[in-house]
Amino acid sequence: MLELKDVSVSYGRIAAVQGLSLEVKQGEFVGLVGHNGAGKSTTLMTIAGALTPVGGDILLEGQSIVGLAPDEILRRGIALVPEGRRIFGRLTVGENVKIGATVRKDRKALEEDIRSVVERFPVLQRYWNSSGAKLSGGEQQQLAIARALVSRPKLLLLDEPTLGLAPLMVDRVFDILEQLHQGGTTILLVEQNAARTIEMADRTYVLRTGGRIQFHGTAAELAEIGDFETAYIGMG
Amino acid sequence: MLLASTSTYFQYFADSVAYGSLFALMALSLSLLFGVMGLMNFAYGELIMVGAYTMFYTERYGWLVMILATFAAVIVFALVMELVAFRPVRRASPSTLLITSFALSIGLQKLFYMIFPPGSPRTVKPYPWLTNQFEIKGVLFSRLEIATWIVTILLLVGMVLLLKRTALGVQLRASTEDFRMAQLVGVKANWVISSAFAITGFLAAAVTILYMLNHGDVRPNVGQGPLLIAFVGVVIGGLGSLGGAALGGFTLGVVINLLSATLPRSIQGHTLMFAFLLVILMLVFQPNGLMGTIDKLRRKRITEEIPRAAEEPAT
Repeated sequence: MLELKDVSVSYGRIAAVQGLSLEVKQGEFVGLVGHNGAGKSTTLMTIAGALTPVGGDILLEGQSIVGLAPDEILRRGIALVPEGRRIFGRLTVGENVKIGATVRKDRKALEEDIRSVVERFPVLQRYWNSSGAKLSGGEQQQLAIARALVSRPKLLLLDEPTLGLAPLMVDRVFDILEQLHQGGTTILLVEQNAARTIEMADRTYVLRTGGRIQFHGTAAELAEIGDFETAYIGMG
Repeated sequence: MLLASTSTYFQYFADSVAYGSLFALMALSLSLLFGVMGLMNFAYGELIMVGAYTMFYTERYGWLVMILATFAAVIVFALVMELVAFRPVRRASPSTLLITSFALSIGLQKLFYMIFPPGSPRTVKPYPWLTNQFEIKGVLFSRLEIATWIVTILLLVGMVLLLKRTALGVQLRASTEDFRMAQLVGVKANWVISSAFAITGFLAAAVTILYMLNHGDVRPNVGQGPLLIAFVGVVIGGLGSLGGAALGGFTLGVVINLLSATLPRSIQGHTLMFAFLLVILMLVFQPNGLMGTIDKLRRKRITEEIPRAAEEPAT
């Protein structure tokens, strides 16, 4: 479904990602982990069209999406749940959800999808007319995921969705991701919680600084790699 | 002066509200563009300039043609301004955008000085039925003054409805808060920015018509004075807040009008200096502007309510 071929991204003279290649297949749950500054968030922002790579290609279902505007990439089926949620605090919860469906034209099916998203996240219904800024971190994270889901994405990108959340809420977010995956949503997840990501994902890419792949494989394959756990998961 | 009659105070009030209303609309326009693309558009004054010249050249065809032509010209000019001058530098730094707007402002003024050299004064003639004053209980009003209140209220209500009730409005509000994120949730950058410029043009045309019918004198720098006041209004309202900008513009307009009416004649020429001194004083004590102060008071009230709520017995 998604293929990154030798992608490089720079901030001015600083190379954030160098020659990154990875693949996400239809229906897969793929993890992307690594230390701070490894280029994980940059990779997701580049896929979503917020950054333009200086080299390489990004293919969605065989077609290049490099250079397309973020709204066009969303229209083609890639939705991003960004780091820090980035909820619109001046919009109500309802408006935050609905703005996620800006690219959709099928109004009737959209209403159905909004209903189903609200059933999945009941807290949104409770605060529907309140400002998005009034929600707690965990509630905002649910709102950010709901906002992405109403665009009916083929591929959902999530950037550190558990960052700064209480342990109970972290469990809730991972449960939601598990449910989405079981429901057939293709997921590319960037997470600091590497152990949990590797355990849940079908495959995980481990990045080292500069956005190069250090390791790649299923949980079982990664477990076989020498001092991987000590170096990347802190479980030594 | 302290012993002025009640009707005199009402007179000050009536005149100041009409004057302040115009700056509320201008400040709202400036704030909208600043929020959406980080642009403090100093070429906004040239929208007023284009509107003023359009009024001058279309006045002979009747007031309806003049009004329609002014709206059309200013909106089209605002859209062309975005397309030609600001779109190519959209991703540039805020300072580049600022310099672009200064360059555009000065360039357009010089161009108009070349096309319409000073010498033959151009004025939009007042309509006596609109500008002649009539008295109600000792207070003088003109239909233009009343029209200014009504138009301002209608436009502000219209803006609130647009921003709150329409998909475009929600997109504009989201874009003023986090433009990059708005794009990531599917908002089209070109569409939302062009819409913001079109709205700016619409509001600028309304301001031009009301302002020029009062002031009349058409010249290339006609928009500069009002722009400066509106810009300061945006700052005291709080950058990035649409409601704050409208409030700031209105407040400053009212203050300037009150000062010019009440200051001794010998120093009336320095009204703006006194008004801006007040602004500086206000910003020293409330650097976040009027809206920042209101937000602070609101937050204080909420934090005071939380312990009270905690003390309430469970039902």
